[in-house]
Amino acid sequence: MELIAEQFPIVIQSLNIGFIQTLKLFFVTLLGAVPLGLIISFGSMSRFRPLSFLTRIIVWIIRGTPLMIQLLIIYYFPGLVLNNPIWGGGESGRFLAASVAFVFNYACYFSEIYRGGIQGVPRGQEEAGLVLGMTKSQIFFKVTLLQMIKRIVPPMSNEVITLVKDTSLARIIALQEIIWAGQAFLKGSQGISGAIWPLFFTAVYYLIFNGILTVLLGRLEKKLDYFR
Amino acid sequence: MAILEVEHLNKSFERTEVLKDISFSLEKGRVLSIIGSSGSGKTTLLRCLNFLERPDSGSIRVNGEVLFDTSDPVTTQESEIRKKRLHFGLVFQSFNLFPQYTALENVMLAKELLAKGQPEYKQQKREMLARIEEEGKMLLGQMGLSDRMHNYPHQLSGGQCQRVAIARALALKPDILCFDEPTSALDPELTGEVLKVIRGLADQETTMIIVTHEMAFARDVSSQVIFMDDGRILEQGTPAEVIGNPSEERTRQFLARFTQG
Repeated sequence: MELIAEQFPIVIQSLNIGFIQTLKLFFVTLLGAVPLGLIISFGSMSRFRPLSFLTRIIVWIIRGTPLMIQLLIIYYFPGLVLNNPIWGGGESGRFLAASVAFVFNYACYFSEIYRGGIQGVPRGQEEAGLVLGMTKSQIFFKVTLLQMIKRIVPPMSNEVITLVKDTSLARIIALQEIIWAGQAFLKGSQGISGAIWPLFFTAVYYLIFNGILTVLLGRLEKKLDYFR
Repeated sequence: MAILEVEHLNKSFERTEVLKDISFSLEKGRVLSIIGSSGSGKTTLLRCLNFLERPDSGSIRVNGEVLFDTSDPVTTQESEIRKKRLHFGLVFQSFNLFPQYTALENVMLAKELLAKGQPEYKQQKREMLARIEEEGKMLLGQMGLSDRMHNYPHQLSGGQCQRVAIARALALKPDILCFDEPTSALDPELTGEVLKVIRGLADQETTMIIVTHEMAFARDVSSQVIFMDDGRILEQGTPAEVIGNPSEERTRQFLARFTQG
């Protein structure tokens, strides 16, 4: 116990730095995947058959394979197979590659949620807008969008919380996120080695952050509770 | 002169002909009821008038103005159709109120959006919005919903929802107000309050087209009745003629089901 108390300040400092990298990956993924998912969902709902077919094939591949494999392929394929290391070296290169993999992977999951949300709004809503002389964009922004958001908040909350934990997969390409930072003390770092508790302790970070997100997303859901 | 003239309207879905050479006209201030069994094309006809479906051929004129004519391609362009829709109002069987807006907001929304597109909106924003709100409240008052205008649709009964939907359609002052089986989704108890409102509109000489299964109501309120069967107008005339003394065997068969109870 005494030993842990002694190690605590050093470990926390290290874990904090790792967690910042975790948060960065989380927010970049969210910021990229939320709009990209919308584009993909439009693609998969397109009346132009080849486009919707192609989009659905891509979504099937991305959702059908492990994110970990996608990370490895995206990071190593350009350099090792094509002899063209586009990501550059170091932590910034790893972060870039991880961001691309995460944004793409999550955009595919989001697109399916959006598709459900859009198709779940009854056709009569659009028709009511049309006969009232509204334009298609007025109908989208003033009528369907909010109903769609209401429908997608619960499944999106689920995905967002999963994303927080999935960022740890970036460890596989040695991105220095919080798991990597915790594991360092097992191998030996800053005079501490063979300590497993820092790795266990990372769970507290995830738990607290997800607690905050759950409260915020719950509030959003409640805010949209005024209509049905 | 007739306010509405429909000539030789045809519409098919895939290979099924849903409307076959539909022609009729309607005088201003009159009420036309369309009766017939399910699948006879009544609803499709209403949807064509509101441009929710595009007729394959034929023409639609309102107040002598050609709104749609397949022999004149300019009139069938998508960009032109939006403004033309405003000649018609449509009340749906399933109300289709916007759930995230209160009754009053439902009535005001389309008008607000139209006002925003007008050049004088910037200077007279406040006055224009106040007027729209005033009119909305008045319409809901007419529908007997003064105490309900700040409720959301899910807080209202089916009959109240349908009355809000009628107010919403009236807010845009359409030349012709269409009803697509306005009481079919309602409990029998709530049917009466909606029919009363429609009857009130008829008394004020609102031009209306009503697709309905309420035979007694159709007979009572309309000045003209069309009986449709298999996409065709089989019979048309006054209610006394079509409902009271039909000349076609098919019409008699159809009406018999209602009188037998």
